[in-house]
Order: sequence, then structure tokens, then C-alpha cells
Amino acid sequence: MTRSVTRLITTPEDHRIARLAAAAIGLALIDAAIPLPLPGVKPGLSNIVTLIVLARYGWGTAAWVCVLRVIAGGILLGQLLSPGFFMSLTGAMFSLLVLAGAGRLPRRWFGPVSWSILAAFAHIGGQLLLARLWLIPHNGLFYLVPIFAVAALAFGIINGLIAARLLASPSFMNTGAHHA
Amino acid sequence: MQWISLLRPGDWLVAFLGTVLCAASFPLAWQGGSADKAVVRRGGEVFAELDLSRNRHIEVPGPLGTTTIAVDRRRVRVVSDPGPHQYCVRQGWLERAGEIAICAPNEVSVQIVGGKETYDSLSY
Repeated sequence: MTRSVTRLITTPEDHRIARLAAAAIGLALIDAAIPLPLPGVKPGLSNIVTLIVLARYGWGTAAWVCVLRVIAGGILLGQLLSPGFFMSLTGAMFSLLVLAGAGRLPRRWFGPVSWSILAAFAHIGGQLLLARLWLIPHNGLFYLVPIFAVAALAFGIINGLIAARLLASPSFMNTGAHHA
Repeated sequence: MQWISLLRPGDWLVAFLGTVLCAASFPLAWQGGSADKAVVRRGGEVFAELDLSRNRHIEVPGPLGTTTIAVDRRRVRVVSDPGPHQYCVRQGWLERAGEIAICAPNEVSVQIVGGKETYDSLSY
């Protein structure tokens, strides 16, 4: 038997990204299964993973995990390259841009809850922009802004609190983040 | 563990600013957008300005009699008019900025204004 000539060399960093992305994808699937009355309003549970990764491993790893989750989630939900997929991708890109700045805020004063709220607003802001430019080119879309803003604030705070709590719990961080 | 203790001082600030943003978005999105209105003229002078977000009927007295105008679901129409040809009544609902119904014999007109006016005037 001939040995394979191509050999993919993976680093521990790759393994970590893959593990964390898998956790995020799992949460993204749960997210998609939660019924909500208005399209566009979603809890965004997988962002809890992004927040934890940002706090533990930095922005680069968080960006990898987030983008992998969007693409793999798109494949698993059968919406790759559909409008919904591009909405997710745009939201993720805007959130990551804001998180790049928010992650540099002094940790003593600003924690995962701040990041989460800022990212949630960036997420919906980016999505509204894409929707207005491409999907629904009508200003009537902006009638929904208050609903989206309230949802972003509420889910931003909830996800941020969950991330902060998991980060503060030593048992989870030892078993969960290193082995899960 | 206390959830509140997970919040750092800056988090409260960000949450507060977020709340202000949410509160500000309500009037901006829901009142600024409803600037669309219908202007009712009688004898060339403005008789009434109707907010299109509120359904109502008004009666406009003219030289021949009373013209009735109704607003319903962001549209406006002439319900009845004493004029002989009924052109303005048969025109039906007006919904776009610039659209106008003119009841010439009774000297009454209703026109939708506001938003971005694509046309100076629309009539059929």
C-alpha cells in the first residue's frame, strides 16, 4: 500500500479552532430550531462561543471560529449562498469588526457583556444595511428598526452574561473549553 | 453565583447607551416616517392636511355640495362628489406621493405629498 503523498499538517491551534467551531455550529443549529415570530430576530447563541474565544484566545481565533461557523452552519442548514447565508455572513463581519475594537477596551471596565451588546448592534446594523441595499430596497424596512434594536440589546445582554458566567466558572473552563 | 456581579462598570454604561439607542429608535422610525399626508384643497386654498397613518373621513363643502374624502390604510380617495362626471370618485385610491384627484366642478382636490416626490403631479 502506498502512503498518501499529501499530508495535512495540523497545529494544536487548528485543533482548537475546529473544536470551538464545532461547539458554535451546534449552537447555531439549536438557534435555527427556535421558533420566533419575526424573521431576523434570533438569539444568536453561537456568539457565546465567539465571546469566550475572544476572551481566551484573542480576536484572530474568534474570527476563524465565527466565519467557520457561518459557512458550516450554512451548509448544514441548506442555505449556503442563499440570501439568509449572506445576511449571516454580513452580520458576522460587522460584529467581528466591532469586536476588534471592543476587545481592546480596558478589561477592568468592559467585559463580555459590553462586547456582546456592541457586537449585537453591529450585527443587526450590517444586516439592515445589506437588506436595504439588496433584499428589500425600500425604506419601509426601517419601521422594523426599533424591534430589531430591542432584540439586539436583550439578546446581547443575555449572551454576554452567559459568556461572562462561563468564563468565570473554573470547572467549565477546564473541562469545557479545553476538551469539548 | 450572582449574575449582577458579572457586569463590570463599563458594561452598565454600554447597556445604558444601548437602551437610549433603542428608545430613540422608536420615534425616529415610527413618527419621522409617517410624514406622508394628503392635502385637501378647496378653491385653491388648503382646506385640510390628513395624516395618512390615521383612517378618517372628512367632508368638504364646495359650491355644488359636499365632497367626502376618506383615508384608509395609508391611501386616500374621494368617496362621493356632487360633480356631474364623477372623475375624481372613479379615480379610486391614491397611494403614491404626487398623485392627485381633482373634483373640478366642486373646486375640491386631494393630493398626496411627503416622502420623496418622484413626480410633480400624477393624474389619470
